[in-house]
Amino acid sequence: MHTKTIAEIIEGLRNKQFSSEELTKAYLDRIKQHDKTLNSFITVDADVALKNARDADKKIADGNAESLTGIPIAQKDIFCTQGIKTTCGSKMLDNFIAPYNATTVQKFNDVGAVLAGKTNMDEFAMGSSNETSFYGAVKNPWDTNAVPGGSSGGSAASVAARLVPAATGTDTGGSIRQPAALCGITGLKPTYGRVSRYGMIAFASSLDQGGPMTQTAEDAAIMLNVMAGFDQRDSTSVNKPVPDYTSTLEDSVKGLKIGLPKEYFGEGLDPAVGDAVQVAIKEYEKMGATVQEISLPNTHFAVPTYYVIAPAECSSNLSRFDGVRFGHRCDNPKDLMDLYTRSRSEGFGEEVKRRIMIGAYALSAGYYDAYYLKAQKIRQLISNDFKQAFEKVDVIMGPTAPDVAFNIGERTEDPVTMYLSDIYTIAVNLAGLPGISIPAGFAKDRPVGLQIIGNYFEEARLLNVSHQYQKVTDWHRRVPKGFE
Amino acid sequence: MALDRTDVEKIAHLARLATEESELPGYADDLSNILKLVEQMDAADTANVEPMAHPLDMAQRLREDEVTEENQREHFQNIAPQVESGLYLVPKVIE
Repeated sequence: MHTKTIAEIIEGLRNKQFSSEELTKAYLDRIKQHDKTLNSFITVDADVALKNARDADKKIADGNAESLTGIPIAQKDIFCTQGIKTTCGSKMLDNFIAPYNATTVQKFNDVGAVLAGKTNMDEFAMGSSNETSFYGAVKNPWDTNAVPGGSSGGSAASVAARLVPAATGTDTGGSIRQPAALCGITGLKPTYGRVSRYGMIAFASSLDQGGPMTQTAEDAAIMLNVMAGFDQRDSTSVNKPVPDYTSTLEDSVKGLKIGLPKEYFGEGLDPAVGDAVQVAIKEYEKMGATVQEISLPNTHFAVPTYYVIAPAECSSNLSRFDGVRFGHRCDNPKDLMDLYTRSRSEGFGEEVKRRIMIGAYALSAGYYDAYYLKAQKIRQLISNDFKQAFEKVDVIMGPTAPDVAFNIGERTEDPVTMYLSDIYTIAVNLAGLPGISIPAGFAKDRPVGLQIIGNYFEEARLLNVSHQYQKVTDWHRRVPKGFE
Repeated sequence: MALDRTDVEKIAHLARLATEESELPGYADDLSNILKLVEQMDAADTANVEPMAHPLDMAQRLREDEVTEENQREHFQNIAPQVESGLYLVPKVIE
């Protein structure tokens, strides 16, 4: 049962092959059985999940079922869930029970989805390996010596190991796509503004975007149908109609113009990953797509630019954690300054502190022009690169990450080496474009992801293009050994 | 730009973070390395380029000035570290 996709589960529930309660119990059992090894969940509330399931079964019996009614979905622990702990992977929020639901969580509740649990993540979504979590590293189900990627590492690992049919993630610099690639699943980062950020704990507000993490593109389309849409409560939410993302999945890719940025296939790319990606692109040519080389000349500035903008925004966003209204407070503060500094220093981990300090420095008097303003100007150049590329091509393809999953502990000593894990994903966030990673084979026995980047609000095309590939390949149906 | 211990102490103060003496050299190294990465930006020609603050070209939305949220003070203060008579308590600020 656990290898079924959402689309297949919907079928099974509709035909009464199983109830939501049976389904939910089966997944909860799997979590119990396997998550000691993987550590992909921070919180699992079986009582809530089973209650959701029974409510869903009633809804189904009454003939009121909607797309995801009765289907267990895991939420990244960055989405606020009323009454259930929301930690964001941090000691700072170890005691935090959100007083309201994130819009995304509410939308899943409204259609009767089952909350399977809250997934582990890098602390405040700052990391590319899920090693910065206060709750410990997550293991990659393909090889438990390897990281699952990050920051949505728990979501990626749990979906890859089939502990849940699907999960949510968030992507600020690659945090959906990179773990999806490293764990061999499908992960979509929508256009900035497409999915509400309300109740999604903020890291870098001009970059953060929530999205689905699933086995297949079809499932991602079903999930996005629920997640996307205008939200009055998010000031940067876009008021634009949401198409039915499942309705265009079967469109042909004949004549599709694919651009391959030469900068994504050069130095720094592991040759075995490059080979797998080239083989995937050949599949598209077989289906009638055309391929041309393009250039995104400012690609090499993306990581440096990101490490000004993201820390600057994070230092501002995370100033709300002051030990006064919620979250961790130090014992016996001697004065207000001591309360602030000690609560923050005890509550935040090393990587979060580094980024807050970089941001505070970049925004401090005398440095603004050299860092933040300069970064914003380069952000414009990077965005222009994409604009020009999309005048020539329909989609851009390349590797999601420069290498397959690395080993736990291998890159923790040097933050900068870790940052380079996101060289192909970060520019997409800076521009605000949608991007997807889909499984495209293996290198060194670990999964490889193919990244497909689309123009603004072209999620439907990305899902269509991904689905067509998944019809002629079976990488997305591979299950890691020990989890079959 | 390479940062030294004094720089780190200053930045930590701006960020309201307490740093132990023993942590300063580590932070100085890490932050200097990150800044070295960031300074690769210097090679970009950004003359006459408009800064981009936001990915979407949009104006701030306005709405009617209506009450949309109810007061939920007790609900929100349930998760506060210390409250008294509806107020958040902090150490004494004024003597």
